[in-house]
Amino acid sequence: MTGLLITAGIILTIALFALVYRILALVNIAKGAHEKRVGYSNTVNAFMFILFFFVGFGAFFWYSGKAEYLPAPSSEHGIVTDDLFWTTTAIITVAFFLTHCLLFFFPFIFRFKEERKAYWYPDNTKLEILWTVIPGIVMAILVITGLIEWNKITAPAPKDSVQFEIVGKQFNWMVRYPGKDNKLGKYDYTKIDGTNQLGMDFASDKANFDDFMPGEIHIPKGKAVELKIRARDVLHSVYMPHFRVKMDAVPGMPTTFWFVPTKTTAEMRKELKNDKFNYEMACTEVCGNGHFSMRMIIVVDEPEAFNQWVTEQEPWAKKNQDYISGLKLKDVNLTELLK
Amino acid sequence: MSASDIQIEKVVDVHHDEHHDHEHHEQSFIRKYIFSEDHKIIAKQFLISGIFWAVIGGLFSVLFRLQLGFPEANLEILRPILGGWITEQGRLDQNFYLALVTMHGTIMVFFVLTAGLSGTFSNFLIPLQIGARDMASGFLNMLSYWFFFASSVVMFTSLLIETGPASGGWVIYPPLSALPKASLGSGLGMTLWLVSMALFIVGSLLGSINYVTTVINMRTRGLSMTRLPLTIWAFFLTAIIGILSFPVLFSAALLLIFDRSFGTSFYLDQIYIDGEALHNTGGSALLFQHLFWFLGHPEVYIVLLPALGITSEIVSTNARKPIFGYLAMVGSMLAITFISFIVWAHHMFVTGMNPFLGSVFMLLTLIIAVPSAVKAFNYITTLWRGNIVFTPAMLFSIGLVSFFISGGVTGIALGNSAIDIQLHDTYFVVAHFHLVMGSAAFFGMLAGVYHWFPKMFGRMMDDKLGYVHFWITFIGVYFIFFPMHYIGIAGFPRRYYSWTNFDAFSTYADLNMLISIAAIIVMAAQFIFIFNFFYSIFNGRLAPENPWRSNTLEWTTPRLPGHGNWPGKIPSVYRWPYDYSKPGAKEDFIPQNVPLSETRESNLAHENEQIAAELEMIEEEKHNADNHHGH
Repeated sequence: MTGLLITAGIILTIALFALVYRILALVNIAKGAHEKRVGYSNTVNAFMFILFFFVGFGAFFWYSGKAEYLPAPSSEHGIVTDDLFWTTTAIITVAFFLTHCLLFFFPFIFRFKEERKAYWYPDNTKLEILWTVIPGIVMAILVITGLIEWNKITAPAPKDSVQFEIVGKQFNWMVRYPGKDNKLGKYDYTKIDGTNQLGMDFASDKANFDDFMPGEIHIPKGKAVELKIRARDVLHSVYMPHFRVKMDAVPGMPTTFWFVPTKTTAEMRKELKNDKFNYEMACTEVCGNGHFSMRMIIVVDEPEAFNQWVTEQEPWAKKNQDYISGLKLKDVNLTELLK
Repeated sequence: MSASDIQIEKVVDVHHDEHHDHEHHEQSFIRKYIFSEDHKIIAKQFLISGIFWAVIGGLFSVLFRLQLGFPEANLEILRPILGGWITEQGRLDQNFYLALVTMHGTIMVFFVLTAGLSGTFSNFLIPLQIGARDMASGFLNMLSYWFFFASSVVMFTSLLIETGPASGGWVIYPPLSALPKASLGSGLGMTLWLVSMALFIVGSLLGSINYVTTVINMRTRGLSMTRLPLTIWAFFLTAIIGILSFPVLFSAALLLIFDRSFGTSFYLDQIYIDGEALHNTGGSALLFQHLFWFLGHPEVYIVLLPALGITSEIVSTNARKPIFGYLAMVGSMLAITFISFIVWAHHMFVTGMNPFLGSVFMLLTLIIAVPSAVKAFNYITTLWRGNIVFTPAMLFSIGLVSFFISGGVTGIALGNSAIDIQLHDTYFVVAHFHLVMGSAAFFGMLAGVYHWFPKMFGRMMDDKLGYVHFWITFIGVYFIFFPMHYIGIAGFPRRYYSWTNFDAFSTYADLNMLISIAAIIVMAAQFIFIFNFFYSIFNGRLAPENPWRSNTLEWTTPRLPGHGNWPGKIPSVYRWPYDYSKPGAKEDFIPQNVPLSETRESNLAHENEQIAAELEMIEEEKHNADNHHGH
């Protein structure tokens, strides 16, 4: 019944519009409106550009002032890339504004008038060189500043950085820390099963035995942190918005990203006056129907607290002793390794 | 007959064509309108198919905007159409959401803005504006449309199957797209996507080869390359880009088909999925991304250049001024064409690609901004001291320039790899490309339809409806895409079904709602256009021969040109196409086929020098014509 009413309503509305349209068309023909080169609408359209200019830019500047952005970056490189972003944004806003002043005012100023003739102005080499060179120079400056920072960000991680592994799978993240020996054990994707989710290869690398897999990420403030990123099934992408960190996780091709966190979770909570604040990690490469749900919490600790946390973690192998003994490894002193 | 036909125009059907003896017999309906070799009919076929796909692509975006703007809404009302894609709670199914996003992209980029835009206007305008009777090969041209049609049928079928269409994003990155177990849409839907795109590419190549051949070989007498309208330059370069880049997508798709069906490992390596370690090793997921974007980036210009060409023509005509810096416009299009091939990896800064490559591509990417900026400045200068007539086409062209700038400038932020780390795959990117390539190209297409409708159908579209259509769409598009910048700066990722899982992305429910409302209004406004379009085909005011007082050759044909375009001999060209408001001239336009010898009062010094040669040419032509008749 509702459907019928809606359909009837739509048909009636369309019929009404058609009728009004037809009447207006006939009135126009009767008035001979099409004999003239331009009608009154030419002025209306020209004026609309001016109106849109003021309302549009007004809304733009007003809203930009009150919009909610992300909190200031919590990583060293993030502060620089944010500065680059806002500098670039300032430059392009000026360009956007100036070009639109011209683009929206010219139509109004130079709208058609029967008595006027347009100005014959096919080219001006000087002008064209000028506006090729100026964007060229601006681009060059932006490229150079960007390149310098890009090279720093993508340079190899410092030797003493805290390393851990992030593995993406449909549809959650898993992390693995190297444990006491500071070495992530080797993995082999054929060793993956329901228990050994990361495919740690205990047979070929004993460094695996002290590796631990916490449910949330902990990192120390002020120290370089190196992410070893991989994916198990399809592409994922590690995205830590507050740290301005992003890097794809690719099956078969380990990737990496390093950064230095600058604010602990506690400091952020205080700064934002929000006791519930947490750093978060998300996925930004579409990976299937649960793509939007790959959340993991990141905790930034003071370095001492971080070290404390590391020592408190129990190695995965110790938690899964049945699995390890099921592997029937030779020449391995399990009790010694799991101590 | 409608009352608006009162204005009787001169000659309606001067159909026969002395130069084409074969055309004398009447063609059957099927040969004339369906399997037609006439470029004008083929253009209309592309246009109507494009409109059909645009409606579907647009409605898809409304559906997923409902989810994003009103996540709590009960969509039970859509169950009769969407069936099982509405969950028991009355929400959009998550798989279907991704399928909608994917198909919206695929349909808009390929079926609307490539086939619908290039297919329509390259076909329609190239022969008419260069003074040719048809394309170099009418038969290949017909095949080009029918391959596209077959591709459309396959893609449309994929919308209706039980597992739904492809759902890995329009970029279909493997392994997601290669593994049916990874996603519902990676099964039959993906197979159909690949088959459809293979057919599409064949059609596109047949078309492009024809466009290039025609422009090179079939220009009328006197029409040198430097006298070509900018539309033709744009279509010509677009076709070249298509010929060089689409085959790469074809091979990418072919290798993906092998990986999916024949057990190869081009893109697959060390994958564990669904409780099973796959045997595939040694492939590279990044290889696909390189191949894809080798087409994918030039594709942006395949979509954009024709729109810019159309705009150049319309802005110049309606500002009653020559386009400013014709040679600079051609030069920047050439530069864009060339550079468009060497910027593709800027889509891949954070994919794990070697960072050094990232630096190189960042440099090249920011270089392409320079010719783009030059084009924008030249459009604006063309408006300066013009005598501007606001036809709907002109409004859409100005709208295009606005989007080209507002969407283009954010490319400068995104092209900077250091800044892109944060912005990559956020709504900032969505805002950027929807403005600069989506909306700009779409406005170019609409401008083209309004401008050349009189030549296509012999009738005028209603301009008042055109104004309403423009203002709702123009303002609405800004309401849709401008807020996305804020959402992107706040870090919201793309292709998310919902953001509420994350504290960081729990803001901006209000902006998302605003965007969705604007999207629905803009979509609804397009029906004004569709009504105007179809109503005017049958009932529009009869078009004068040259309604916009334009210079190019298509306006020298009869109101409804038959197959062969000109009833008599093809006009020769004596000047460039932008002699608007020339000092000393009687009218504010001088068509290209008016000899310099007839406009001595307005000729420039160097043009007067050409008159002697021109008169010789005219004499020779007359001589040839006499011989021909004697024969």
